[in-house]
Amino acid sequence: MELVQMQKSLQDYTKSLFLDGVLDSQFLQLQQLQDESNPDFVSQVVTLFFQDSDRILNDLSLSLDQQVVDFKKVDPHVHQLKGSSSSIGAQRVKNACVVFRSFCEQQNVEGCHRCLQQVKQEYYLVKNRLETLFKLEQQIVASGGMIPAMELGF
Amino acid sequence: MVCEMETDQIEEMDVEGLSSMWPEDVGTQADNQFNVGDSDTLKEVDIAEKHTMADLTRLPELMNTTDQGSSQLTNLVRQWEYMQDHAVRLLREELKILTRQREEAEAKELKIIEEHNFESQEPENVPVLDETSHLFRRFRQKKRDELVDRERVVIDEEFDTVAYWKQKALSLEKMLEASTERERRLIEKLNESLKTMESHSAPVEELTQNLKRAEGFLHFILQNAPIVMGHQDKDLRYLFIYNKFPSLREQDILGKTDVEIFHGGGVKESEDFKREVLEKGKASKREITFETELFGSKTFLIYVEPVYNKAKEKIGINYMGMEVTDQVRKREKMAKLREDNAVRKAMESELTKTIHITEETMRAKQMLATMSHEIRSPLSGVVGMAEILSTTKLDKEQRQLLNVMISSGDLVLQLINDILDLSKVESGVMKLEATKFRPREVVKHVLQTAAASLKKDLTLEGNIADEVPILVVGDVLRIRQILTNLISNAIKFTHRGKVGIKLQVISQPSFANEEQKETSVWICCDVYDTGIGIPENALPCLFKKYMQASADHARKYGGTGLGLAICKQLVELMGGQLTVTSQVNAGSTFTFILPYKVATSDDHSDDQDEFSDMVDHHQPEPDDTTEGYFQFKPLLGSIYSNGGSVTGNNFLPHKAMLTTPLKLTNGFVSDPSSNTGQSETVQVENGGYMDESRQNCCPESAHQYGNGNGRCSSKESESCSSSQASSEMESELTVSSPREEEKTETEVKETSQPKILLVEDNKINIMVAKSMMKQLGYTMDIANNGVEAINAVKDSSYDLVLMDVCMPVMDGLKATRLIRSYEESGNWEAAIEAGVDIKTSENDQACVPPTNRLPIVAMTANTLAESSEECYANGMDSFISKPVTLQKLKQCLQQYLQ
Repeated sequence: MELVQMQKSLQDYTKSLFLDGVLDSQFLQLQQLQDESNPDFVSQVVTLFFQDSDRILNDLSLSLDQQVVDFKKVDPHVHQLKGSSSSIGAQRVKNACVVFRSFCEQQNVEGCHRCLQQVKQEYYLVKNRLETLFKLEQQIVASGGMIPAMELGF
Repeated sequence: MVCEMETDQIEEMDVEGLSSMWPEDVGTQADNQFNVGDSDTLKEVDIAEKHTMADLTRLPELMNTTDQGSSQLTNLVRQWEYMQDHAVRLLREELKILTRQREEAEAKELKIIEEHNFESQEPENVPVLDETSHLFRRFRQKKRDELVDRERVVIDEEFDTVAYWKQKALSLEKMLEASTERERRLIEKLNESLKTMESHSAPVEELTQNLKRAEGFLHFILQNAPIVMGHQDKDLRYLFIYNKFPSLREQDILGKTDVEIFHGGGVKESEDFKREVLEKGKASKREITFETELFGSKTFLIYVEPVYNKAKEKIGINYMGMEVTDQVRKREKMAKLREDNAVRKAMESELTKTIHITEETMRAKQMLATMSHEIRSPLSGVVGMAEILSTTKLDKEQRQLLNVMISSGDLVLQLINDILDLSKVESGVMKLEATKFRPREVVKHVLQTAAASLKKDLTLEGNIADEVPILVVGDVLRIRQILTNLISNAIKFTHRGKVGIKLQVISQPSFANEEQKETSVWICCDVYDTGIGIPENALPCLFKKYMQASADHARKYGGTGLGLAICKQLVELMGGQLTVTSQVNAGSTFTFILPYKVATSDDHSDDQDEFSDMVDHHQPEPDDTTEGYFQFKPLLGSIYSNGGSVTGNNFLPHKAMLTTPLKLTNGFVSDPSSNTGQSETVQVENGGYMDESRQNCCPESAHQYGNGNGRCSSKESESCSSSQASSEMESELTVSSPREEEKTETEVKETSQPKILLVEDNKINIMVAKSMMKQLGYTMDIANNGVEAINAVKDSSYDLVLMDVCMPVMDGLKATRLIRSYEESGNWEAAIEAGVDIKTSENDQACVPPTNRLPIVAMTANTLAESSEECYANGMDSFISKPVTLQKLKQCLQQYLQ
């Protein structure tokens, strides 16, 4: 593929992530933090996020499958996930977490189960999309190209 | 007939229910008029005959002269005639029978005589006539007697002799005589009988009886009815009245008019009404309320009809009144209720409308606030990015453009902040804080800050009267906001001369309320300038939102037009008053009077005011708290002149440097106490811009200049507060040059790096924050929860703590409380009590109370007011909403680290 074309498609793809609301401006913050001294910052953070979130989601599934759900255990997990997703700009995950927490507050097991599914769905979506994004970037870098800077004014 | 129908229709249209109660045709039949029925029923009823009163002489006359009267008489006469006829017919029939009987009797007699003449013996005649007839029986009996006599006569004499014939003639003559006598008696009897019959059926008696019955019936019907009836002649004098008011006597009413009898409201009206009816000749009804002395307030429904005589001339009126007071009262009550209902409904709908409008307004305001809030975040992003952009290599033109962009962005941010402030004040959300502060310092710093961004040849001065307390209690942030606003306003509109603040204690103003009267000292603050002034006609709208003195000014000077409105609202919120006096081309003076509580100065340690931090405990400056006059003169030979002394200052050598011509017109150097020299020096060295990042390095440079007395926290906080103020004011100076930044970084290295502690449990957040810090040129320590944070704070002295609120083990609020408790008490007992495992380190200085308040900034995911209030309540200084951005972090660091 042509480098320019690849760069163009990366840009379009990134843009679509924002337009779909999968990511928000916080992700731009991450991108800004990535510089020569720390060239893989974004993917490092995101990878950490994936690891962390996988664990949290696993824990959440276990907690919610208990006979008696201990909401004192569930809530901090959701809080954690909300914090980290908000930090990387995964706003749909974050929004789902907000709803999740309100159900935790109500101690609504049924609602929590539904929210967990929702959060998982959003999480896998953002994971999938971000992995694609990174792949695209890697391809560009492998072809010797530059990662185009994100436009600020979307 | 047609005519009659018409009148009927008209009457029905005019007055409802005027149609007769009874069918019209009833009453034309004479015997139906007073259809009393069985008169025995009436006998049982006790009829009181006391109500009626009539002029007896006039009444018959009336009866004779009026149509109604004559028709009634006619009816009575006709009835009498009918009965009379009937009686006569009966008599005639009887007479006829009698006559026939007599004729038959005579015929029979003749026959008998003849038989006597020709037969000596004659059989007894069997009567064939009606035996029931009494007369005839008697007659037959008599006849039989005579026959016996006659037989006797016949026996006495010899047949066919003279004597016999003589005797016979004599006896026959006697019989004839007797017969004639009988006839005469019968006639007499007949006459007698006729006479008694006549006398029995005399019309007067019949009439009287009928009248009595009619009257009795009327009484029976009307005795308890609330009805007054009467007849009045054409002068409206009563001739007849039924059911009059009990206390009135006959002579009181008859022959008199209403007006003569009664006095009070309604009488005249009823009289007029009767007259009207009389004139128009049409019966009608009207409701009239009487208000008389005699019977009080009563409402009558009055029916009046004209009365005509046979010549169709009006001779008076009949009138009937029914008392309907209760009904009228009820009706009026109903009407009133209905009216009230309508009014209530109208009010309700009005209220609903108002509520709706209010709700709409609230919603609109809320939306404005929300929108402003929503706009603020991305906008700060834009401005922040622009600022970051300005740290990259740019050519002159790009930099210029960028500066415009940043300052425009800042203006919009300012506007949004203003709107948010306003809506906060208006919605009552804004809460005032009561903190101790030193008014002198506030004035000084406001002026200092203003001088920092001053680009004009203006003298800024502060003048505080001696009697103004050193320490007062109030919402220092808001007061500063007001002062800053007024000062920047004054500077904006002043081109030469001076701008100043004057503080003095005044006596209690008249608008003070009870609570204020007790505990307050009233301080009057004048912010004066020698600027363009405000025309008198512009004064009224000066404090209105989005209004400026004129459109020209708005164009020329810019600004949001919200500043003064906010000032006014804030002052009023604090229970004070903001006024303005002005003279065109001579200047304006904005005066605000506020109540403050006087703080006792012996509890300094409790002083939470950020400005008190500026009191340098290591280098006591007694004059700083009491000096009453400051002056800032940028661009002049002496940048700083201070009315007070500057003793104890070992930086005098640097003061000389202040006189070196500087490109900068920078106010923050004017602080007399310590590090002005250094910062100036740095500036000179760098020979470039004065900017905020430069300020960051002030403490370090102080270090470098080697007075070497350990931490320079006091200086830091001093510069911090001044730059905080300056960031409130203007952000044009915040543009930093990368060259300088790099230089600073390399110059400073670890020794002078401010120590920052991040307390956060989320790895990703830590990673992001760390990276941001790095980009901003800082490093930081990490604590994963409140307990770790406390231990970290205990072991090393930090310049700033960024504290997550929600954390496992111990949350940020509790950790902050414990740290504050340590600052107050000098020991960690509260923390130990709370179960924190305090590790004792080798160089334990924990028993020494810290001299400065450690700035703790909360990092919270909720940006709601409650949450921020909770942060403040737990001793946090400020908060950053999550997710943390470069811009927020930078602002925070600027605020607390310079």
